Amino acid sequence: MRFAVRNIGRFLLLMLLVSLVTFTLVSAAPIDPLQVNVGQAALMQMSDEKRAQLAAFWGADRPMYERYVEWLGAALQGDLGMSLRYNRPVVQVLAERAANTLALMAVAWVLSGVIGFALGVLAGVRKGSWIDRLVRGYCFVLAASPTFWIGLVFLVVFAVNLGWFPIGFSSPIGALSTEVSFVDALHHMALPALTLSLVGVANIALHTREKTVEVMESPYVRYALARGEGMGSIVRRHVLRNVSLPFTTLQFAQIAEIFGGSVLVEEVFSYPGLGQAAVTAGLGGDVALLVGIALFSAALVFGGNLVANLIYGVIDPRMRKEVLHG
Amino acid sequence: MTETMHHNVHRAQERHHHHTHAHDTRHGGDHHLLQVEDLTISFRRYDDAERGLRRFWSARRKGAAGASEKAGPARSLLATLSVQHEVAVLKGVNLAVHVGEVVAVVGASGAGKTLLADAVLGLFDPHATVRGRLWFDGVEQTAESLRKLRGKRIALIPQSVASLDPLMKVGAQVRGAAHGVEKEQRAARQRELFERYGLDEEVAGLYPSQLSGGMARRVLLCCALMEEPQLIIADEPTVGLDLDRATDALADLRAFADGGGGVMLITHDIELALRVADRVAVFHDGTVVEETAVASFAAPELLEHPFSRALWHALPEHGLRVDGGGANAVSSQMGEEQPC
Repeated sequence: MRFAVRNIGRFLLLMLLVSLVTFTLVSAAPIDPLQVNVGQAALMQMSDEKRAQLAAFWGADRPMYERYVEWLGAALQGDLGMSLRYNRPVVQVLAERAANTLALMAVAWVLSGVIGFALGVLAGVRKGSWIDRLVRGYCFVLAASPTFWIGLVFLVVFAVNLGWFPIGFSSPIGALSTEVSFVDALHHMALPALTLSLVGVANIALHTREKTVEVMESPYVRYALARGEGMGSIVRRHVLRNVSLPFTTLQFAQIAEIFGGSVLVEEVFSYPGLGQAAVTAGLGGDVALLVGIALFSAALVFGGNLVANLIYGVIDPRMRKEVLHG
Repeated sequence: MTETMHHNVHRAQERHHHHTHAHDTRHGGDHHLLQVEDLTISFRRYDDAERGLRRFWSARRKGAAGASEKAGPARSLLATLSVQHEVAVLKGVNLAVHVGEVVAVVGASGAGKTLLADAVLGLFDPHATVRGRLWFDGVEQTAESLRKLRGKRIALIPQSVASLDPLMKVGAQVRGAAHGVEKEQRAARQRELFERYGLDEEVAGLYPSQLSGGMARRVLLCCALMEEPQLIIADEPTVGLDLDRATDALADLRAFADGGGGVMLITHDIELALRVADRVAVFHDGTVVEETAVASFAAPELLEHPFSRALWHALPEHGLRVDGGGANAVSSQMGEEQPC
C-alpha cells in the first residue's frame, strides 16, 4: 500500500516536472510558432492586425507561465490542448501515433531482448572461444554505429537494392487506412523494427555476457562442476537463473533507449510514430503536442522501471524474505 | 611397493608410500582409497605486457642500428611478448587417504591446498600443466575418469554457502539435477539426510542466504552425502563456525570415516585437525613436506620437517613459541587465514 502511494506520488511529480521543463524549453526556443506554422511568405502578406489575431488565437502573445497554468488546468481535466501542426486535439494525435510507435517498439524490444540474451549467454559460457569473439566483435561494431546510419544502410540494401521491404511509411502509399491489412502493416514495420532492435542487441548482449562470465566463475558454478554436473545442466539450472535477474532490469531500463532510438528510426523510415511527431512538434514550436509526447514517453519509461522493480522483487528471493536464524 | 604389504597393519613409524603410520592408525589392511604420487601442477606465465613492450622497443632500436637485421617488427613483437616461464604451484605432492581415515592437509593459505582438492576432483585449469599419478580405490585415474568420479564417489564439501546458487532453493540444490524416477529417489534421499542431520523439512524450501551457519554446514554435508561417496574432500569446513559447531562438523566427518569412507580434511586450523584426524599432511610451499600420524605431534622430535616442528611450536598449548625465521613465517602465514 505504502509502495503504491509512494509510486503514484512520484509519478505525478514526474509528470509535473516534465511538462514544466518542456514548456519552458519550447518557450525559450527561438522559434516563432506563427512563422513556422503559417509559412514565411504567408506571414509577410498578412496584416499586422491579422498576425496579432492569430497570435492571440494560438496564445503566442501571452507569457509562458500564464499559458502553462492554463494548460495545466485543462490537462488535469484530460484535455492536453490542440496541436498547432496537426490542427487536431493532442490526445487524438498521440493515440494514433502511439499505436504505431508502441507496435514498433514492442517488436524491437522483444527482438533485442531475445537475441541479446541468447548471444550474451552463448558468448559468456564460451568465453574466449571464437563464438565469444564473434559476438563481441559484432556488438562493438553495432554499438559504435549510429542508429540512423544503420537505418540508412538497411534502407539502401534491403528496401532499395533488394526490394524486400517498402522504403518507408506504415502502410502502402496511396492506400486508404481501411484497406491496409495486418500483413501490410507488419511488412512496413519489419525494417524499422529490425533497425531499432539492433540498438538494444549490442547493449543487452554485452551486459548479459559480462554477467554470464561472472556467474561461470562463481563459486556455485565451480561447486556444481565439482559435484559432477554437466555444462548443459549448469547453464540451465544456474546460469540462466542468475543471469535472468540483471537481464530483466536491463531489459526494462532498455525501454528508454529504444524509445530514444525510435525517434531516429522513424525519421529515417518516414514512419508515422511518436518519434517523428516529436521532431515535427519541436521544430514547429508546437508546445501542446511536444508536452503530450514528453509526458507519454516519461510515463512509458517510468512504467518500465517500475515493472523492473516489481519483477525483481518477485524473482529475487533475497529481496522477499528475512534471513532466518537457528 | 607390493600389495602384500597392505594386508598387514603397519608398524609405528614404518615408512611406505612416502608416509609413516602410528600404531593406532586405522589402516584396516585395506589398500589406499586415494593415493596421489608426485603431483605437480604448473602454470605458464607470460611476462607482463609492459615488460614485453619495453623489450620490443629496445629490440626495434637495435634492429634499426644493425642494418643486417632482417627480422621485421612483427617477428620481434612475437618473440618478445611470448617470453614465458612455468610456475609450479604444486610441486611433487604425495598424499594418501585410506579407508576409514581422516587425513588433515594442514598449511597456510596460498600454499596450494585448494588446488590439490581441485586436482583430486579432476578440475584442472585449462592453462595448467599437470604431471604425476593418482589412484582411486586401487585404479589409476586420468582427468577423464576423475570427471566421472567427482560428485559421485568423490564428493567435495565447500567452505561456505557461497558455493550454493543464491537463487535456488536449498532442497533442489541438495537433490541436484535429475529427471523422472531418479528425481523421486533423490527427493527421498534428501529427506532422509535432512532428518539424519536434524534439518527441518522446511529448510528445503529456504534459499542459501536464509540459512544460519550451522544449518548451512549441514546442508553442504548433505550435498556431499547425496551420492553416497567413498571419499569426501572437505575444504576448510570449519571456517566461520564457532567452536561448538566446528566440533560438530568434524565429528560428522569422523563418523563418515568410521563408517568406511575416507576424508581429506583441508584446513589451516591444526588444533582442530589434530583432534579428529588420523594423519596429518603438512603442506608448505606447494608440497606436502611431511605426512605423518597425529601421534607424531605429541613431541617435536617425532616430526621430521622443520616446518612441521615450527607448526608444533606455534600451537597454543606449546606457548605459541615463535622462534627463528621459519617459525616466524609460520605464525604470520597462519594468521592470514584466521576467520573474521
